[in-house]
Amino acid sequence: MPGHFEPLPGGGAAVALDDVEISIIRSLAVQLLELIGPGPAEDAPADPLAELFAEGPSEPPSDPVLKRLFPDAYTDPEQAPATEREAAERRDHSAEFRRYTENDLRAGKRENALAVIRTLDELSSGGGGAAVLKLSPEESRSWLGALNDLRLAIAARLDITDEDDADVLYALPDEDPRKPMVMAYLWLGGLQETLVSTLLP
Amino acid sequence: MGLVTAAAPIEIEKTESAEEVFAVPEPDVPWVTIVHNDPVNLMSYVTYVFQTYFGYSKDKATKLMLDVHHKGRAVVSSGSREEMERDVQAMHGYGLWATLQQDRK
Repeated sequence: MPGHFEPLPGGGAAVALDDVEISIIRSLAVQLLELIGPGPAEDAPADPLAELFAEGPSEPPSDPVLKRLFPDAYTDPEQAPATEREAAERRDHSAEFRRYTENDLRAGKRENALAVIRTLDELSSGGGGAAVLKLSPEESRSWLGALNDLRLAIAARLDITDEDDADVLYALPDEDPRKPMVMAYLWLGGLQETLVSTLLP
Repeated sequence: MGLVTAAAPIEIEKTESAEEVFAVPEPDVPWVTIVHNDPVNLMSYVTYVFQTYFGYSKDKATKLMLDVHHKGRAVVSSGSREEMERDVQAMHGYGLWATLQQDRK
């Protein structure tokens, strides 16, 4: 079934992908990796211990995709702070949370994207044309996380912030420059939806 | 369990337990983790995350997901601030939009 994951007997999932689909997913995963950036290890190759104690950033990322992937932990989007003091407190707590979690969060998302690239590369080395990608349960979970991050990233680029935005994009004329990205977004949604159903307990 | 003639504890009285001395007072007001609605995350995926991470039943996970979807937000867990920071970090790992706050009523 093209574009649909199916459960494998004994666990895991499989999907048929052609060359174009493989290259689209791979290219999106590589772009996501580049956006998330290298691990702290590459900043401090001289001292492996330093990585363990390296603090993450305090400030929210300026890129809208990264801002969505790593939101402020103490900033309720619907309840504005009542006082200036409360606003400052939220900022301080969010900054502290970010320092202690963002490196780990980035590492987790990087690993998921890398797992996608690795499984696709193993697949394409098997032969040309259409292929059936088979994932172990663990690889399925990595793919699930990566597909979600890719959809969040595309949605941020397309500026989808509420259900109405999504509806407008689905009705775009074919010549709209955003159309290919919208198609990719919908296709990845189908992949993710069918992959979740293979993993539900 | 059958009858066992266990040696009776001889000395159980303690003047002041170490636990009492070092116990950190529980804050009166618990903290909560709130998941916010967004148009991207699939309903099935959000339910999957609540079942997988929190170990909630399918019914409870589905109800929370529907609360997020229809009301825009749902309290998905409560506890100490440290526990809620862990939950929020996990939610961000899954790509869900979550925040924590003290549960002021």
